[in-house]
Amino acid sequence: MSNASPDTLTNATAVLVARRPDALASLARHAEAFVIPGAALLAGLGVFSAFLVVLGKSPSAFFLAVYLGGFGSAFSLDNSLTHASPLLLTALCVALPARLGLVIIGGEGALVLGGLAAASIALPLHGMPYFVVLPAMAAAGALVGGFWIGIVGALRTFRGVNETISSLLMAYIGIALMNQLVEGPLRDPASLNKPSTYPIGDAYRLGNIPGMQVHWGLAVGILACIACWALMERTTWGFAARVAGGNVRAAQVQGLPVGKLILAFTFIAGACAGLAGMIEVAAVQGDANASLASGYGYTGILVAFLARQNPLAIIPVAFLLGAIDASGSLLQRHLGLPDATVQVLQGILFITILFSDTLYGHIKWLNPDLWVRARP
Amino acid sequence: MSGPAAIGLWGVPLALIGGAIRVSTPYIFVGLGETITERSGRINLGQEGTLVFGAMIGYGVAIMTGSPWLGVAAACACGAVFGLFHGWICSFPKVNDIAIGIAMMQLGVGLAIFFGKPFIEPAAPHLPAISLGWWSAVPQIKAALDVNSLFILGLALALFLNWAFRNTKYGLMLRVVGDSAEAARAMGLNPNRVRLYATAIGGGLAGIGGAYLSLYYPGSWNEGISSGQGLMAVALVIFARWNPLGCFFAALLFGGAGALGTALQSVGVTQGYYLFYAAPYVLTLIIMTATSSRSDSLVGAPGELSITK
Repeated sequence: MSNASPDTLTNATAVLVARRPDALASLARHAEAFVIPGAALLAGLGVFSAFLVVLGKSPSAFFLAVYLGGFGSAFSLDNSLTHASPLLLTALCVALPARLGLVIIGGEGALVLGGLAAASIALPLHGMPYFVVLPAMAAAGALVGGFWIGIVGALRTFRGVNETISSLLMAYIGIALMNQLVEGPLRDPASLNKPSTYPIGDAYRLGNIPGMQVHWGLAVGILACIACWALMERTTWGFAARVAGGNVRAAQVQGLPVGKLILAFTFIAGACAGLAGMIEVAAVQGDANASLASGYGYTGILVAFLARQNPLAIIPVAFLLGAIDASGSLLQRHLGLPDATVQVLQGILFITILFSDTLYGHIKWLNPDLWVRARP
Repeated sequence: MSGPAAIGLWGVPLALIGGAIRVSTPYIFVGLGETITERSGRINLGQEGTLVFGAMIGYGVAIMTGSPWLGVAAACACGAVFGLFHGWICSFPKVNDIAIGIAMMQLGVGLAIFFGKPFIEPAAPHLPAISLGWWSAVPQIKAALDVNSLFILGLALALFLNWAFRNTKYGLMLRVVGDSAEAARAMGLNPNRVRLYATAIGGGLAGIGGAYLSLYYPGSWNEGISSGQGLMAVALVIFARWNPLGCFFAALLFGGAGALGTALQSVGVTQGYYLFYAAPYVLTLIIMTATSSRSDSLVGAPGELSITK
């Protein structure tokens, strides 16, 4: 590629800028937020294709399988949406603290314990009506998940403990705690091969959205994303959080309660992941067992980074990664590729997306500040 | 079976010492590697992925060549490549080293599982152990003092690094770059290049730690071979205040915590298996909480390190 084409483009835009400066500049600024992640996504898929070619596999067969397994039929579309619904919530667990400048990667622990709490509270409430038990389960899951990640926020606020490491440690501890409780005091003696809690009962299962084979958790996840977006962009709390994320000192000088913000946002983040656990129990598993720790918390990290920590962008990104997740078994059956192929693809995408951070503000035709210099 | 009965509960501390030596070895290598990387002012959370990939490649090469040491060498080389990659990406402006580490963790684990499928069944030759318990007739003491060769290598490496950080040109370069990139530039050093090499060496050492996991203890390759050891080693380095010898002793402490469950199982305590399994994580968290500070920067922390800012 020569340098000629961007330059001609820049000159052309410079002329346009002279006519409609504000509209075009703001268009370019907004375009940057779509073009760079989109290009990074394509670059990641390109690197992954090269990886498949080196192994003697066909990339086109791979993408065909992902298309068929993720989007090809009504069944696979429903399957993708089912996989996407916990990702919406676990991605929020990363995206909310990220606005405060915190990198929290322990959503898996909050999800698992949230699911366990939801299954446990359903037992004593047996016999109560549906509209009492389900909200109670959701509240229990959100509270326990919020508490779990809230600990991470508290350690950060009061002791300056690095939140990335502590949140992952909390995830391991949470999973161990769940295994201990499910194999011990909370175990249903009838669950022989796979230790589980007592089933919550068919009366309290979360049903499907009418006309789809997707449970209501999807709607909850999308609503949560919209609510978190509103919290971030339309409230003073969200504004304060963004200020603190940009510059802690400046926020403190302004008298913003940075510590309280961290506690509140880590709690809400954990509550989202805990709610995801409750939905997995109420809609998919029917009880709490080791299958809760199936990696939704970790994929959520990738979703949040791909969406650049924007709660609204999480919705399409979660759907895309849910589709890739959903096509995993098809890949294995049709192409003879191991399950871990999806993990490799996710790792590559993750790296290209982070790598693209270096491009912001450096691409001429996307950055109005650079146009002025380009003008003759 | 008269042995265990004869020494009774003394078996617990003995099993704990032996277990601490066994379990600590990967912590020593990852910890020392991460010490070098963090001293240069960068943090590599991808060590977890490097550890798992090193375990897979070490095991695979040992099966194919019949030599466990070739496996260790291959794991070290692959780890260095992972480190180089991390260092290279992070040398671009505005790229976050912590986030890249998380991505490298996912990629390393994914690649290890992807390529490791054929190595789950076959058995590889193990690394040799050195019997330091020859003077005793008690089998438990003998077993506890069967020290693996990599542990001794790790101790030697810790002593060497402790000396080299203070007394060599390279040690000084590393510390200057880690404390102030500006000062390093004024000295004519290229911080990004020093960090690239420091991350590569750190990755190589983490690879050796991984090879130890699959070639000595637990001594086989499977997908869940490491659950956070690479990450705990990063926390351990902070606890050890970026000091190689401190790192060695911290690793022994972590090893002891990791061996607690098995040591108690050996005398018949089987309750709470998962809770003992979680002991190293809880210990790490407690240590981090106790040694971090809300306001002051940590004593001895490299000034350029993002994790302590």
